[in-house]
Amino acid sequence: MIRVEHVSKSFNNEQVLHDISVSFDEGKTNLIIGQSGSGKTVLVKCINGLHEVDEGSIYFHDRNLVTMSVKERQQLRREMGNLFQGGALFDSLTVEENIKFPLDMFSTLTTGEKKERVDFCLDRVHLPTAHKLYPAELSGGMQKRAAIARAIVQNPKYLFCDEPNSGLDPITAIVIDNLISDITHEFNMTTIINTHDMNSVMEIGEKVMFIYEGFKDWEGTKDDILDSTDKNLNEFVFASNLAKKIKEKL
Amino acid sequence: MVLKSSFHFAFYLYFRSNSGSMKILKPVGEYFILMGRVISRPEKTKIYYKQVVSEIETLGINSIGIVIIMGAVITLQTRYNLENPLIPLYLIGLTARDTMLLEFSSTIVGLILAGKVGSNIASEIGHMRITEQIDALEIMGVNSASYLVLPKVIAAVIFNPILTLISMFVGVFGGWLASVATGALSSMDYIYGIQYWFVPFYITYSLVKTVVFAIIITTVPAYFGYYVKGGALEVGRASTKGVVTSSILILLFNVILTQLLLA
Repeated sequence: MIRVEHVSKSFNNEQVLHDISVSFDEGKTNLIIGQSGSGKTVLVKCINGLHEVDEGSIYFHDRNLVTMSVKERQQLRREMGNLFQGGALFDSLTVEENIKFPLDMFSTLTTGEKKERVDFCLDRVHLPTAHKLYPAELSGGMQKRAAIARAIVQNPKYLFCDEPNSGLDPITAIVIDNLISDITHEFNMTTIINTHDMNSVMEIGEKVMFIYEGFKDWEGTKDDILDSTDKNLNEFVFASNLAKKIKEKL
Repeated sequence: MVLKSSFHFAFYLYFRSNSGSMKILKPVGEYFILMGRVISRPEKTKIYYKQVVSEIETLGINSIGIVIIMGAVITLQTRYNLENPLIPLYLIGLTARDTMLLEFSSTIVGLILAGKVGSNIASEIGHMRITEQIDALEIMGVNSASYLVLPKVIAAVIFNPILTLISMFVGVFGGWLASVATGALSSMDYIYGIQYWFVPFYITYSLVKTVVFAIIITTVPAYFGYYVKGGALEVGRASTKGVVTSSILILLFNVILTQLLLA
């Protein structure tokens, strides 16, 4: 479980996050939604420690990230998996080497055990034969799946995904969404997904938080969204003609 | 003299274009903060050892060709410029030797490597920054500064002196080959010249400079790449800044080290 309490963040005197408090549940896919520039990515980067918060606290179970020493923070980061928007696979390494990298760095596993773990993760993301390929040789969807395999190779307790299906076609996007959701339940991780894709929200949004201009505007489940009376949320969710028509028919 | 003048001009331009003390002090501070992270204890020495070996190949062995070509060209230039009936022939050998030992093998090779290796490092690290690969390292709990920069520094500090020695040998040998082949002076005159009034400390001086230049060539472009923000255009700019700044610093430290070691 991750608990965010009264977090504020600004860059060059421009406040991006205003007093955000929210909790993200263990074993669930927690989604942060909002328009581009609303502060979703900044919030996720504050939670995983890539940005320092100006005010507030972030608890990973009972450990406060904000007051941790550098060493404690590095230790905590080994419990995190991260899926970046572009995959962020290391260009110079093969898929196998990319996935093995965290194990080489931090684990005491033998070469055989590492290979077993890599094979398991690649099988899990349905890329059983991609070991020797370089990231440039993979399609967008395959890169995302390889990045998921790398994110879960160390059995993380926390998984962060930044726009996991951006740039993907709707079918591949759903495959990636379901893969993240399945892995979250299988390994009982606390997963936070930052997205503006409403298909993702309706597919896997067990807990959804809506950010509007840096403020937490709404919180609920995917089923609550359609009945919500929140004006900003409705404008966001039903922005497209397709969504408006669907709402009219409901 | 030419080097000193060009240094003054470049330094003047650099500071004129960055007026305001903060514009100079901020990057200096950021650079030293980055270096503090670079020299911290590696997470796993074995991985770093592999990286160092890989960087020696990328930054060092792949640069041998360019160093050899440069040494031969410099010797031919020297021979043509010193061909005069008033100058004893063996002085051509002596001049070629001292020029290679004192300046060309360390400083000019350093400047060439600043262009070749510096742009390579700045663009590699800059690309990793904008594609979030550095964030990925950080989120894994890896000290990205140390992992990316330290192996390059160690590889350059180990291999650049070897490149300098190769350059010295090839330069002096190339001078002999060119002189004998063109009949400008006899083999005996040339060999007498390169042995005449030989100061072994010149080699130490050159190697000390090479080690300092190796640190500049690797860390300065790495700094520009590491802190890049934006896209491909900014990576290109960081690469240019890395090469220009490291070249200026090489000239600056050339003056300082010459004053300290030879004055």
